Amino acid sequence: MNRRQFFKLCAGGVATSAIAGLGLMPTLAFAAPREFKLIRAKETRNNCCYCSVGCGLLMYSRGDVSKNVEPSLFHIEGDADHPVSRGALCPKGAGLLDFVNSPNRLQYPEYRAPGAATWQRISWQEAFTRIARLMKDDRDQNMIKTNAAGTPVNRWMTTGMLTASAQSNEAGFLTQKFARGLGLVAVDTQARI
Amino acid sequence: MSARDIILRSGTSELTPPAQARHAVDKVAKLFDATLCTGCKGCQVACSEWNDLRAEVGTFQGSYQNPMDLSSECWTLMQFHEVMDDNKFHWNFTHTACMHCDEPSCLMACSTEGAIFQRADGTVDFDADKCIGCGYCTTACPFSVPKLSPKDHKAYKCTMCSDRLAAGLEPSCVKTCVTGALKFGTREDMLFLAEQRVAQLHANGKTKAGIYNPAGVGGTGMIMIFEDITNPEAYGMPKDPVVSKPNTLKQDWLKPLGTAGIIGMAGLALVHRIAVGRNRVQEDEQNNGSEE
Repeated sequence: MNRRQFFKLCAGGVATSAIAGLGLMPTLAFAAPREFKLIRAKETRNNCCYCSVGCGLLMYSRGDVSKNVEPSLFHIEGDADHPVSRGALCPKGAGLLDFVNSPNRLQYPEYRAPGAATWQRISWQEAFTRIARLMKDDRDQNMIKTNAAGTPVNRWMTTGMLTASAQSNEAGFLTQKFARGLGLVAVDTQARI
Repeated sequence: MSARDIILRSGTSELTPPAQARHAVDKVAKLFDATLCTGCKGCQVACSEWNDLRAEVGTFQGSYQNPMDLSSECWTLMQFHEVMDDNKFHWNFTHTACMHCDEPSCLMACSTEGAIFQRADGTVDFDADKCIGCGYCTTACPFSVPKLSPKDHKAYKCTMCSDRLAAGLEPSCVKTCVTGALKFGTREDMLFLAEQRVAQLHANGKTKAGIYNPAGVGGTGMIMIFEDITNPEAYGMPKDPVVSKPNTLKQDWLKPLGTAGIIGMAGLALVHRIAVGRNRVQEDEQNNGSEE
């Protein structure tokens, strides 16, 4: 490179940076608004079940429940119309999305044979059939229809039921109906809040 | 609220076209009442949920505060300041997020045009696509709010949920607040509420209670009520935050001066070309040059 070329190069550099510096470069729009992530999301109302306050929830899922779409939950916030919480949620309630979508949740039924060290995945059909079979056998064998005085009691004392603590009142009512209808006496949940 | 409701942009001395030419936009504010806060961290969780931020689980640092500082994955943080009062332990809780200053230091320090901008409603927002990751905003902010991401080396901070505001909703943190320690509305309304609350606190014997809305940064879009306004440091907030002088100097003086320099040089060159003309190289000189 000789002196002349060097000067040309320098002049070119200064000119281009001057063009940019003087604002002669085309620019994009100032700022696009951030996209609102709930546009056209399916909104479902529910109650938080993690304590006895029972705050109202708005749950937003992708997909509009048309028949070819499997909806997936992607946002939960408080329900402002709920008389108890009026839109507010504690940290547990505000973070419910990660409860629902937790990778640590049980995703499918598993079976561990007596004495076996490993769990094996089974189908829902298998699981339901097996549970129903075992319950029926046990109930047929151990159902107490009457007490010593001959009064009908219909107690099934040899099986207990641990129900979900995270239920709404309505689901709790149905659970109670189901369990008592079978004659179960030992019904419990792990909820101790 | 429109995409052009921008009143201030970083990295440029150009005038921004008037956003409010056809309609007036009310300035908004969050009001944080530290005397009502229970430190439940609902705001912190709601923020990370809405903005899809999941900071890595940290380790215990001897405080209920977790993480210990804001980060690119944590835009709202509940700070637990432990204080002893009359030999009694108590916490000063601080809802830590962007203060949305009227005179934003981050914006003035920003080296890139339009990477940080202020809307007509007073919210200070950023455009990560334009951010070059120089980190000037992180050091300029008197509240140490913007943080660089270790993943993409760009700066991130609270946007006051500008996406929610544009859709007519309140910020996520405000909606979730159980005790009503966070409120949201026009800045005028929030200041009115704050004054009422402070008067109430005074009547209850908390005579040091006051409003934190520092004038050094032009007032903020997050107004706070402290039980002892004479000592905001007890809440982790600077007493007199100011827009740093080097920033204003660079933005308002140095950069225009630089531009003027470029234009001046071009003008001088032109004048020289007309008045003196080109420098004709002597034949023998040129021969000497090519021999090298």
